[in-house]
Formats: sequence, C-alpha cells, structure tokens
Amino acid sequence: MRKLARGVPPKLARGLLFIALAAILPLVVHDGGFVNFLTDAGAYVLLALGLNIVVGFAGLLDLGYAAFFAIGSYAYAMLASPQFGIHIPFWIMLFLASGIAALFGILLGAPTLRLRGDYLAIVTLGFGEIVPQTFLNLPQWTGGPNGLGNLDQPVFFGYRFGFNILPYYYVMLVLIVLAVVVAQNLRDSRLGRAWIAIREDELAAKHVGINTTTTKLAAFALGASFSGLAGVAYGAKLQLVSPDQFQFSVSVAILSMLVLGGMGNITGVILGSILISSLDRLILPQASNLIFALAHVRVDLSNSRFLIYGAILVLTMLLRPEGLLPNRRRRAELHAGTAEAMP
Amino acid sequence: MGLLEMEAVTQRFGGLLAIDALDFTAEAGSITALIGPNGAGKSTVFNVLTGIYRPTAGAVRFDGVRIDGRDSAAIVALGIARTFQNIRLFAQASVLQNVMTGEHVRLHANLLESILHTPRQQTEERAVRERARELLAFVGLTGVDEAAAADLPYGSQRKLEIARALASSPRLLLLDEPAAGMNPTEKNGLITLIERIRERGTTVLLIEHDMGLVMRVAERITVLDHGERIAVGTPAEIRADQRVIDAYLGKPA
Repeated sequence: MRKLARGVPPKLARGLLFIALAAILPLVVHDGGFVNFLTDAGAYVLLALGLNIVVGFAGLLDLGYAAFFAIGSYAYAMLASPQFGIHIPFWIMLFLASGIAALFGILLGAPTLRLRGDYLAIVTLGFGEIVPQTFLNLPQWTGGPNGLGNLDQPVFFGYRFGFNILPYYYVMLVLIVLAVVVAQNLRDSRLGRAWIAIREDELAAKHVGINTTTTKLAAFALGASFSGLAGVAYGAKLQLVSPDQFQFSVSVAILSMLVLGGMGNITGVILGSILISSLDRLILPQASNLIFALAHVRVDLSNSRFLIYGAILVLTMLLRPEGLLPNRRRRAELHAGTAEAMP
Repeated sequence: MGLLEMEAVTQRFGGLLAIDALDFTAEAGSITALIGPNGAGKSTVFNVLTGIYRPTAGAVRFDGVRIDGRDSAAIVALGIARTFQNIRLFAQASVLQNVMTGEHVRLHANLLESILHTPRQQTEERAVRERARELLAFVGLTGVDEAAAADLPYGSQRKLEIARALASSPRLLLLDEPAAGMNPTEKNGLITLIERIRERGTTVLLIEHDMGLVMRVAERITVLDHGERIAVGTPAEIRADQRVIDAYLGKPA
C-alpha cells in the first residue's frame, strides 16, 4: 500500500491504462464496422454520464433525458449545415451546444423544482415527448419528419474528417475522458456533496444550508450539457439528424444503462452503457445469425430488444438491485435486511 | 438582549393555534431548554426558528436581525443549525461526508473551481476534511469515517447529527429531543457533550422530554402548554412551579 501511495495513485493508473487500451484498440482491430459501433456506443457513454449526474448523484428521476440529446443534435444541425447557411466550426459547436443544452436543462428543470420521485418522473416524461414533437412540427427550421442532412464534417487543422470513422472515434474518446474527469471532480466537490445530500434527504439538505433550487438547477444544467456534447459528436458523425432518433425509448435505454451498471458509480455507468449498446448492436444480431445457423429459423432478435431490455431490468432488480458495479453504500442499503441499526 | 428573541410569535394552522403570542429569549452562551407536554408547540417553535414555517404574527430576531419567514438555508448561513427529533442523516453517504456536507455554507468554491479542482479548491477541500475529522473526534465518533451513516448504531447517529450541525459553525444550536432512545450512559455522555459545545461558544437551545437530563443541563427553562408559555425560570424554580406540575400531571379536580 505504501509503495502504491508513493507512485501514481492506483485509480489514476487504472484510468490511464483504460485510455491507452481504448486508443490502441482501433489500430489493432481493423474492422471499420466495429470501430463505428464503438463510436456510437461512446455517444451513449456520454449520455449515461450526463444522466448519472441528474439521477445518480442528485436523485432526480428524469425520464425525458433524450430531449437534451435532441437539443444538442439539432443545435449542430441548424448551426453547422446548409439549412441556414450557418457553418459554425465543430469544435466551437461542442461548447455552444453543451451551453444550449444546459440552458434548456435549466428551463425544463425550473418548473419541476418542487417535485420529487414519481411526480418529477411524469413531468420529465412529458418534456421528453414535447421536445422531439416540437422539432417534428417546425419543418421550416428542422426539416420536419425528414430531419436535416448534409451536416458539416469536422475539420482539424485543415484535416477533413470525411467518412473515415477513426477521427470520430478519437474525438469521442477525448470527450468521454473529459466527461469522466468533470463528473468525478464534481462528485468530489461542495456541489457534489450538495447533490448527494438532496438525494438522501432534501429537508435535511436545506437545514445544512444548501440552496436546493440552485443545486438542482445545476444538476439539470450540467447533466444536460453532457448530452449537448453527445448530440454534436453523434450528429457530425451521422451527418443527419431526425426526430425519430430521440424517442422515449432512447431515454429508457439510457436509464437502463444506469440501472444495469450501478447508479452513481461512474465506472459502473460506463460499463452499463457499453453492455447495453453491445447487446443492441452486436449480441442480438449475432445471436439471430446463430439461431439461423443452428435451427434454420429466421428470427430477428433486434426487434425484441425492448423485451430483452425489460427482462434485463427485471433480472437486475431481482438479483442485483444495486447494479453491476454498485456505489458501495447503496449496496449496503439494499442488502441491509435485518442488520438495520435501529434500536 | 438575547441572542435569540421571539416576540409575540403566533402560529396558526387553519383553526389550530399551535403557538399563541409566545415571547421567548435565549441568552448568548447559555443552555436553554424548551419543555412541555406532547402537543405543547415545542417542535413548532423549532420549525419557525429554522424557516420551515412563516409565523402568522410576531417577530423572531437572531442577533438583532429579523429571521422570521426567511429561507431555511439562509438561516443556517446566519448561524442557526439544528438536529431533528427523528434523526435525518444523509443515510447512504459516509460518516465523514455527512459532516463535510454540513460545512457547505462556510465554503467558497464556485462551479468552475469545482469542475477544475483548482489548487484553491483543493486547499479548501483538505481543510473541510480536516475540520470534519476534528468535529467527529469532538463528538466522540472515531474510526468510522467511511461507514455509511445508516449503518451506525442509534446513539452514534445522534452524535453524527450533532457533528453535522456543528460543521456549519453555528452560534446557536437547536437540539430536538437529543436524548430520545438513549440509555443512561449515553445520556451522561450527551450532557457532557452539550456542556462542551457551550464551552466552544455555541449557544444551545434544546427540546427534551427527559426531565432528569433537562434539570441537570439547562440553566434556563421555558415551559409551554397548549402553545402558551406557562413558566420561565431556573430548574429549581420550574420544579416548584404549580402551573407546570398541573400541566404535566393534570389539575386536581
């Protein structure tokens, strides 16, 4: 232990190892489809990290988080495309879109400040429906059901990303590293403690002097800002944004990532999002092929993905309610049983 | 002039008169107790003092400043901290984090500093941690820093709640039935703790049902019954007061 403490902290060392592995991976695995999958999964990691601030840290159940993903994507689609002839560079849009998403986080968060639990969930569910509907019904700006295409491709010191997947992959990796550092730093700060206090007991939080209004708004804003990043990166990679990318099912999928991985635990959330993405994009199609090969029955398990998500959630709740990599303390809560420390 | 002064404070809930034109003073540096039978309005007084209720009439002054109707968080910043009758800790947060959270109003790190973990923020965080450890040692909770608050035994949870309240560096500490559920040994420890808190320069106001404890620790006692003040005095005076005896035991017919 003493030796470790003198060198690089073990947590940092582990983090750097993961980053190095992730950086080398696409150079070793020459499979464009796989790297493409990883890049898309990366967008979901960003989204899950953002939602984790709202739900995992501050305990505010948000069922409409995809709305902020939509806002980030459409911000890029409208400000970096031929739609209005505005072409703000990708790198500036990352900041701008996360700012816009944060602003909407505050706007949509403000009416919910007095709500908790089920009530909050229902209002956020409403917002999650309203936002894509709005984009759908403003065709003069958003292209309506067709969405907006031909979005600008990022340029890095004169290098055009084009349709090569690798640069998008590395951008996503950098954004994730950034998001993890920000999320960790926030968690271990005055603001992070205030979020956890509100999650645990809002009245007691007020009585240690926490301004619950600004603290909750900060959670909504910062949580939303992550999805601004995800929206820009994802939109630029896909070069297309359309309202059906942001349905309720997307909010549910992101929440499932948190539940499966372990709410409040950053590593758990990353694991959960990669697992759910793999299930959707790799495991189910492969399993369908396997079934065809073995039994000569043509099934597409991808069509049953929500059945399978549902089953995963039910199983998680029954077998490991704290998620795969739990927040240590939440685990204690859920397995306390008879060991309750009451007289 | 007292550190805390309530002037003709009335609190009505619809047809129910919870506090009726109550005058009450807690002198700076004192240990004052508020007692009375169940339903006398003691907890309502605490809820008015900490901004949960806005009184129907009257004024509350803390160090000369009107605080009635102010937001709970703002009252903490002015220097009033409290504990709860039915312990309200941040159950799944660690013991140390509970106390660190209590220091919230005394910290200055802004959002950007928190995101970047600037050297200044790091210095502040080290100080927060250090002070939280000191407070835990002060209330007698050591070696459990990383345990979840909910996993502590009941008596320790009460101590932790006091440490969390002290973390905001209050000038006035409100204790709501701190001895509830404690055994005699723990009660003796609590009396010593309350006296040591006063020695730190914090004025203490407590609500308590355990008369033995109140008589031993309090210098001034105010007795409430049906929202009215029926007696004020030293423990000896209160013990001899006929109205107090009647209120607790019932009037002879």
